[in-house]
Amino acid sequence: MSPELVSLIQRAQELNDDFELTAVRAWKEAGAGRKAIGHMPIYVPRELIHAAGMLPVGIVGAGERLEIIRGDAYFQSYICHIPRSTIELALSHRLDVLDGMLFPSICDVIRNLSGMWTMLFPDRYVRYVDLPQNFEPATGGVYWRRELETLREDFARLSGRPINDDALRHSIAVYNENRSTICELYRARSRQPWVYPTSEVYVLVRAANVLPPEDHTALLREYLRLAPLETDRRDRDQSRVVLVGTFCEQPPLGLLLTLERAGCWVVDDDLLLGLRWIMGDISCDGDPLQALVEAFLTRSVETAARYLPEGKHGGALVDSVRRNRAEGVIFCAPSFCDPALLEQPMLVAALDREGIPHTQFKYSEDTGQFAVIREQAGTFSDSIRLWSQA
Amino acid sequence: MTAASPSPRVPAEAGKERSMSLQKQMIAGHYSALSRAPQEGRKVVYTFVPGNLTELLRSFDLLPVLPEINALQSGMRKLSGDYIAEAEKHGHSEDVCTYVKCDIGMLKKGNIGPTGERLPPPDLLLLSYTGCFTFMKWFELLRQEYDCPVAMLHVPYQSEGRILPHHVEYIVQQLRTEVIPKLEAVSGRRYDEDRLREMLRLSAQAEDDLVWVLESAKHVPSPIDAYFGGVYYIGPMFTAFRGTAEGVAYYRVLREEVEARLRAGLGPLTPEGSQGKERYRLVMEGPPNWTSFREFWKMFYDEGAVVVASSYTKVGGLYDGGFRHDPKRPLETLAEYCMGCYTNLGLPTRVALLERYIREYRADGFMINSIKSCNSFSVGQLLMLRQLEQSTGVPGGFIESDLVDPRYFSAANIKNRIESYLQMLEQKRIGVNA
Ligand code: SF4
Ligand code: SF4
Repeated sequence: MSPELVSLIQRAQELNDDFELTAVRAWKEAGAGRKAIGHMPIYVPRELIHAAGMLPVGIVGAGERLEIIRGDAYFQSYICHIPRSTIELALSHRLDVLDGMLFPSICDVIRNLSGMWTMLFPDRYVRYVDLPQNFEPATGGVYWRRELETLREDFARLSGRPINDDALRHSIAVYNENRSTICELYRARSRQPWVYPTSEVYVLVRAANVLPPEDHTALLREYLRLAPLETDRRDRDQSRVVLVGTFCEQPPLGLLLTLERAGCWVVDDDLLLGLRWIMGDISCDGDPLQALVEAFLTRSVETAARYLPEGKHGGALVDSVRRNRAEGVIFCAPSFCDPALLEQPMLVAALDREGIPHTQFKYSEDTGQFAVIREQAGTFSDSIRLWSQA
Repeated sequence: MTAASPSPRVPAEAGKERSMSLQKQMIAGHYSALSRAPQEGRKVVYTFVPGNLTELLRSFDLLPVLPEINALQSGMRKLSGDYIAEAEKHGHSEDVCTYVKCDIGMLKKGNIGPTGERLPPPDLLLLSYTGCFTFMKWFELLRQEYDCPVAMLHVPYQSEGRILPHHVEYIVQQLRTEVIPKLEAVSGRRYDEDRLREMLRLSAQAEDDLVWVLESAKHVPSPIDAYFGGVYYIGPMFTAFRGTAEGVAYYRVLREEVEARLRAGLGPLTPEGSQGKERYRLVMEGPPNWTSFREFWKMFYDEGAVVVASSYTKVGGLYDGGFRHDPKRPLETLAEYCMGCYTNLGLPTRVALLERYIREYRADGFMINSIKSCNSFSVGQLLMLRQLEQSTGVPGGFIESDLVDPRYFSAANIKNRIESYLQMLEQKRIGVNA
């Protein structure tokens, strides 16, 4: 690997591993009065935070490397892992650098975590972002606009600077570029997963949680430039799979590496889905708040945390399989994740209708042993390769 | 979650009060109407307890089916274990809410309701969605099984402890543009606001009496158990009978009975007759376990523990805070009702409510029954425990079980915990008096 590529990936990896949020601190110190707002998965309108001159910071728990000392005392054993490591980060003052925290409405865990935050940190800005599940402009649209107006006022107050329409349009453009670059990377990976392996793509994309979007886009562009220069990256006889269920609590990197080593190329996934929640560009013309509303109503991704008004579940997954020429699907959900696990039988049914092979297992962000997963993924990969050769 | 109206068989066993046989008749009548619905051309709407729109449904002459109630009744009738296993066999994860799996298992095994009669399939799934995200997935799953329309009502969460005007507008707008048109289509009737108003008036009347009954527990000793007994009292209100004359009559009779118990100085009615001396007054947070409901209750009354207030009896509406359905503002009042159900309240509001109960009902302690199935209730309960202990100075107890999955009710363990908790309360009392 070229030294530039090594250092690029290393930089992203360090950003992901840095529980102290050093990069966020550095960003704040680089300008007077700078503020940072944290948010849980999946989707929040980061454009509004950015337009207030603040830094949106994605918080996705602490993976496998943080010892949970206090967090377990707050959650029963049958609750997923991300809230306990997130509370651990907060109680150990690692999130003190954040000037506020947003909790989007994706499940009861994150919803109740917002209340816990209010109780534990009464002096901090906390907001539950209640996304509409009604997608009619005159109903869900009107409601969501009001919610966005509240956020806009809150962020203006926190940052001490009103968010004018031009600033918001600019931020929308910045995030459009970021999203389209991520999507370009996803398309490139789908074409040549051996050039852009998921274990790298994920590390690079995840850096979006702490970097300003402009810097993150530049980081991805650099990766897109450097990765194809690696002459020893060659196609291997691996099966092409789509990974589903990973939109909130993140699997450990070891799990993604294990899948690759077990013979699977991940050609699409729902890792860190919030970064790609809106499909396509948001309009930079006209009323920018309305543009955010319209994009949410009409171009949100299909995922477990969102109500699907019409049609059968799994349409988007089947499309993804087709579009990415995948040979199978791996359901890979966090233990005790209600949205992902309740959605799964509906997705399975959709795949079965289409004759698409699938397998499933669960993880926790702190899973450290991958032998079983490796074996299962290996067997799955072998079986679908045999299937597609037959 | 959710509430109410356990097996029609049980109230009769639990005592000889008239309200019980009345409730039993009402429930039996309802299930029988449901089983006849296809022949009689009546339309059936499946919906949920928290944030239910019973008056609105009834105003269209539609019959509600509440899958949560079927699940809890399956739990009490010891059928839920098999149903859950059936759902897991069909690919449902062991990790998720057992109400959903119990319902799906029951469906897969022929959809036989609690009275042994087959439940008709839904003509509409009314997904009114209050206080829990699992509801949304639940009906998305049912939609895969039934070829019928779904009406979705998204109710925003009261994260800041107050209902905002644009939240009410959002719900009303959904009622007007999503729910009512679908109810009209399925029933073939026009929306009749006067009829709805009349039903809401009846609701408020019954609600007054329910609140009186629940608040009778402020009396020392209490004439009722507001958790184990309470789940019977909320039955008609939380299910199919709000807005009906039957509902009003039931709550009037119930109130008179409790008034009589109070006058006679009797304690709560249990399956083994009137409870003896009240030794501990407790506030309870979290749903009960249904698979061993009687055994669970006995662990309390054998020790002289009476639950004087509970949050579970507020999942289908929080009336003791003053809310009543208001016939003058029919759709707005439904919106406010939906937003006010217990699990739709932010955690700080939940803590404040329990604090108020501990104070106003002069409780010696409070106990949390943490339910494995139910993230909506359970996430944050350990913090609630601490906060409540701190703010009230009253010690809390913590037990874990499940609603309808018998695998998660460890009787010996739970009994042990309850006993040591009550002993601790006793010692504290002796310490204070010494
Ligand atoms: S992992 Fe699943 S259950 Fe846990 S917080 Fe995330 S979405 Fe909710
Ligand atoms: S998670 Fe709780 S509130 Fe939701 S359906 Fe299950 S038991 Fe009811």
